[in-house]
Amino acid sequence: MRGLVALAWLALVGIAALPAPAAAQQQRPESCAACHLETGDERLANPVKQFGEDIHSAKGFGCVACHGGDAREAGMEAMDPAKGYIGKPERRQVLQVCGRCHSDARFMKQYNPALRVDQVTEYATSVHGRRLREFGDPKVATCVNCHPAHSIKPPSDPRSSVHPLKVADTCGRCHGDPKYMEAYKIPTDQLAKYRQSVHWRLMSVKGDLSAPTCNDCHGNHGAAPPGISWVGNVCGQCHTVQAEFFGKSPHAKVFAQMGVPGCATCHSNHEIKEATDAMLGLADQAVCAGCHAAADKGGKAAADMRALIDSLGGEYDKARAILLQAERAGMEVSQAQFDLNGAKDALVKARAAVHAFAVAAVKKETEPGLTISAKAYARGVRALEELQFRRKGLAVSLVIILAVIAGIVVKIRQLDRKEQRTPSP
Amino acid sequence: MGGSAKPHGRLWTWLDERVGLAELEKLVKKKEVPVHRHTVWYYLGGMTLFLFMIQVATGILLLFYYRPSAEEAYESVQFLMAEVEFGWLIRSIHSWASNLMIFTLFIHLFSVLLLKAYRPPREVTWLSGIGLLGVGMGFGFTGYLLPWNELAYFATKVGTEITGVVPLVGPFLGRLLRGGDEVTGATLTRFYGIHVAVLPLLTTLILGLHLFLVQKHGMSVPPGVERAGGARRTMHFLPNFLLRDLVGWLSALAILAALAAYYPTELGQKADPFAPAPIGIKPEWYFMFMFKTLKYLPSYILGIEGEIVGVVGFGMGGLVLLLIPFLDRRTARGEPSRLFTWIGIAIILYMIALTYLGYTEVATQ
Repeated sequence: MRGLVALAWLALVGIAALPAPAAAQQQRPESCAACHLETGDERLANPVKQFGEDIHSAKGFGCVACHGGDAREAGMEAMDPAKGYIGKPERRQVLQVCGRCHSDARFMKQYNPALRVDQVTEYATSVHGRRLREFGDPKVATCVNCHPAHSIKPPSDPRSSVHPLKVADTCGRCHGDPKYMEAYKIPTDQLAKYRQSVHWRLMSVKGDLSAPTCNDCHGNHGAAPPGISWVGNVCGQCHTVQAEFFGKSPHAKVFAQMGVPGCATCHSNHEIKEATDAMLGLADQAVCAGCHAAADKGGKAAADMRALIDSLGGEYDKARAILLQAERAGMEVSQAQFDLNGAKDALVKARAAVHAFAVAAVKKETEPGLTISAKAYARGVRALEELQFRRKGLAVSLVIILAVIAGIVVKIRQLDRKEQRTPSP
Repeated sequence: MGGSAKPHGRLWTWLDERVGLAELEKLVKKKEVPVHRHTVWYYLGGMTLFLFMIQVATGILLLFYYRPSAEEAYESVQFLMAEVEFGWLIRSIHSWASNLMIFTLFIHLFSVLLLKAYRPPREVTWLSGIGLLGVGMGFGFTGYLLPWNELAYFATKVGTEITGVVPLVGPFLGRLLRGGDEVTGATLTRFYGIHVAVLPLLTTLILGLHLFLVQKHGMSVPPGVERAGGARRTMHFLPNFLLRDLVGWLSALAILAALAAYYPTELGQKADPFAPAPIGIKPEWYFMFMFKTLKYLPSYILGIEGEIVGVVGFGMGGLVLLLIPFLDRRTARGEPSRLFTWIGIAIILYMIALTYLGYTEVATQ
């Protein structure tokens, strides 16, 4: 039944999309702007002022492309409903107005062939779309809530409301407002929590715009909370190795049976902190300790995995420190330092392998790392021994040089004394 | 020896008949060095020559391993430092001796300047000495790039850009030095050629002339000492002066060995032309006073770009330094010349102050 309603709704949008503005790009200079600016009413003037920087304006579209009417008319006749004038589109109408072009692949190809044309279809699957369709909810977001009408810019533009750095604010405008969201009985701390997350830090501090923001996990036009069973799929888009390990792990099945989400159970959702080794094992900050104890099999595996990771981490640090010491003393150890990167890689792989929740999987990665660390450490020791050898060699050389200098000085004195006794002619 | 004729062996006699060793011996025995309160400065020239010889010897050893291309230069030096027996020592000594050589060269220059040793008939000795200073700095500038590491790359980039500022011929000179518009592998090959062939050839010619003139005119007695009645004593060049020279050379060798063992020359990161310039790039210390001056100059001076004014100013300064024997007429006439003494002191103080500021002020890009 729900599917049929959705189809009917899409058909409505589709019908509205039929008279596609094929000649939109050839519109003549409009008279709308002249009157709207002259009225002195900011409500009427602002859209005109803002539209100058809108992507649609840049592509040659004018007011009538969305509002209808006839821009060739100089007066109020331009806004004749008989000429297709719709004024400010109603909430439902917004989808029809935008979708008329944005759902038309043939039309959009002329402007941006890479742009998707399924936004309206996706919107229908979103919580926003469903609430609008089923309840006519006047508070849910439609196109213009995220893409402000008259000042729409492409997501790549840093001024755009949907630029990666702005998405969280755009969503948070409603979802972070407890009063606005009161009726929905859902938390409103997502934005505040996201701001504490490693993902936001990566994006805002390190400038990594590929780090996830709201739409990367929830979808953008089809925004919805990921279901319990597919949270792992969402995280696994980026964390592929961990997701693969987790998928094959005993936890995947158990978590599903318990009805708890995969990744979020240990890492939380919006407030995802940087994963540290402290999360593993049974100590204070360890998440494993939430379910496991030292006596059970899982607890023992957690403690063993932690010991393996700690061991490799310790050996890596030890090797790195001695190579750094040798380097600071002026020894050439860059090859050993380069080789030690292999141990770092092994540590990264071992940390990923933790998601298999099997000691053997972690051990498979830590063992080669330990071998590499041991070799690098030995090279560090050799470099420091070589340093000592050099310094001893220097001391011996200096003694010899000083002895020769002393000999020469004695000889000079002898010569001087001899010459004093027998002055040269 | 003391000038007494000693019987020589058969080899000496054989060589004398063919090469004329007896004449050489006569010449050396006759050579004397004046002894007075400024005699100590006479050792600086020999010290510079000794350090230059070390440069030649270690440079030849480095040539056995060094590969002059952007792809291999860094790796070849890395291999030399890490794998070749005593490679680290040879490179460190080459690097440290180059710095010490420039240092002693400067002291030699200023002692000659302040003791007015440039006065007639030693004008050409002075000119050849300034020529050697230029060649020495050229060695430093070209050699700095050869390991192809990050600091050297960007310092050379800045250095060659400054050359490009010279009016009229600057852009041409800049391109000539770089072998293009940017510092690339072509620049490295070019610098290598200049470092191991062009400059050694120039050095051989100018140094030959310089040593010939020193030999011809003997050591200059400072005008002050001359006015006080001349040097009261002299010493034989061989062995008295040479043995004292040897003490200085061995001391320099000991210092070099200590510096090489305790402060081996670093290699740093390989040059990456696409990476942003690291913070704190700086030229070799002996270019620092010029580098810092250019940084202090305002953008425009009397409508002319500050950098152009600076570069032209240093060019004019160099020219004045070169022509000092011809400008200082009072010294030439045997009269005291306080003005040029103060000019010399001002140059020394300026160089020290700007070099100090260059190393102590906050590092900039």
